[in-house]
Amino acid sequence: MTLDAVKAAVLLFLVVVVQVSIVSAYHPLGGSADLVLVTLLALALLRGSIFGAIAGFSAGFLLDSAHLSTLGVTSLLLTVGGFLIGRYGETTARDRFHAPFTSVGVVTILYAFGTLALRFVLGDPAPLSRAITELPAVFVWNLVLTMPVYAVCRWLFPPTDPGHRIHDVRLIGVSQTAPSGGGS
Amino acid sequence: MPRNRTVSRIAVLGSPVQRGSAAGNSSTRSSALRRRLVLGTLIIGSLVLLTLSFRSTALDSTEGLAASALRPFEVAANRVARPFQDAAGWTKGLIHAKAKRDALQREVDELRRQVSAEQSAIHENDTLRNLLAYRDSARFPQDFHGVAARVLTNPATSFDQTVTVDAGSNQGVAPEDVVVTADGLVGQVTRVFSNISRVMLITDPDSAVRSADANNLAAIGIVEHGSGTSSVVLSRVTKDKKVNVGDTVITAGSPGQGQLPSLFPRNINVGRVTSVNASDTDLFKQIQVQPFVDFSSLESVLVLIPKASAHP
Repeated sequence: MTLDAVKAAVLLFLVVVVQVSIVSAYHPLGGSADLVLVTLLALALLRGSIFGAIAGFSAGFLLDSAHLSTLGVTSLLLTVGGFLIGRYGETTARDRFHAPFTSVGVVTILYAFGTLALRFVLGDPAPLSRAITELPAVFVWNLVLTMPVYAVCRWLFPPTDPGHRIHDVRLIGVSQTAPSGGGS
Repeated sequence: MPRNRTVSRIAVLGSPVQRGSAAGNSSTRSSALRRRLVLGTLIIGSLVLLTLSFRSTALDSTEGLAASALRPFEVAANRVARPFQDAAGWTKGLIHAKAKRDALQREVDELRRQVSAEQSAIHENDTLRNLLAYRDSARFPQDFHGVAARVLTNPATSFDQTVTVDAGSNQGVAPEDVVVTADGLVGQVTRVFSNISRVMLITDPDSAVRSADANNLAAIGIVEHGSGTSSVVLSRVTKDKKVNVGDTVITAGSPGQGQLPSLFPRNINVGRVTSVNASDTDLFKQIQVQPFVDFSSLESVLVLIPKASAHP
């Protein structure tokens, strides 16, 4: 767990640096990819809700600091996003092929409107038209990044305690037992 | 074959199954409690950060510290990415270079056309201004008014020294009207249509203009076509009349108002004397005259219409 935390911290730090230095400078198709969000969601899917929430808080803090913007805004959004996707991974999504794409797609949209809402609440400029204009491109680029980023994260954070996986299912109401060690 | 429901089935590998509660409800509850605790703490932390950052400057030093810590890495990332960014930019520029070149070429062509049109307009403007100045000057013949016309066609052959102009009977032009420019005499109208006329130049073999030396008005002769396409001669000037090279030849008009008056009003410049010869056997001098008008680049002319016969 400690090793995972260290790896996640280093990974998120590098991703934040790359995001603020390189990725955010390009707006192909009218929007920029959110590498931090995609990486965070991949981590949350692989390591669960608590890990995702803490990683989201840290990444948000770094992003806000790098942009010298109001601290806590991005942390709040990424904390919630990391937690929700972590729960999704803990419950139904783990090992499903479409889970990363579903997570990234849904959270990208929620994150955009969440950012807009928070900025509106704080009295910062929150142009809805601009957000809506950029959202399709951000959505597409995030989905494009999902597969490679998830592959890298899965390589860095391989699935743990396979013993918890349930491979056999006993149907309710049947009289015979399942074959031992089946499916593993 | 009926399905054997008595045999348990192997589930799909890694199928999403809620973790069982075999370990005990207390463990599940503590895990859920821990999750909520962590989430609540982080959300409250975020809100505290947000509030402090938004309402005070207490976190400025922390933020600055974090930003300063990030700065070297950002710079390094920029430096690492710069060659790739340059390469990407170069590639992108290369891809779009042809399209840009074509667009710029079209723009250059369009600008050239515009420049050419503007130069032509400027030149035409100068020509028309000269005509206007000539029409308003004292040299302009009395009892005439000028109708400006654009030259449409130049002489077709050296034997057919005529041009067409875009003024006709609708503009008051009539056959035998005299055509001039600010430089001098051009010729006379030979055929008239509604909006177009044919003008015979003074270099045409059929042209004959009663003219005189401006320095010696007694030296009267006929300006006719010469040996070249753009030269004329002043013929019928007797040897006793003094004509010098460089003298200006003007139309003589018909001062006496005889029965057959000249069609050309008096005092219109025709040309300059370039040579004067007189052989013993000839009765008249051989005077070469270079017309003032450049017939090869005629653009606009004035058709002199007698005021008495002018159309309304």
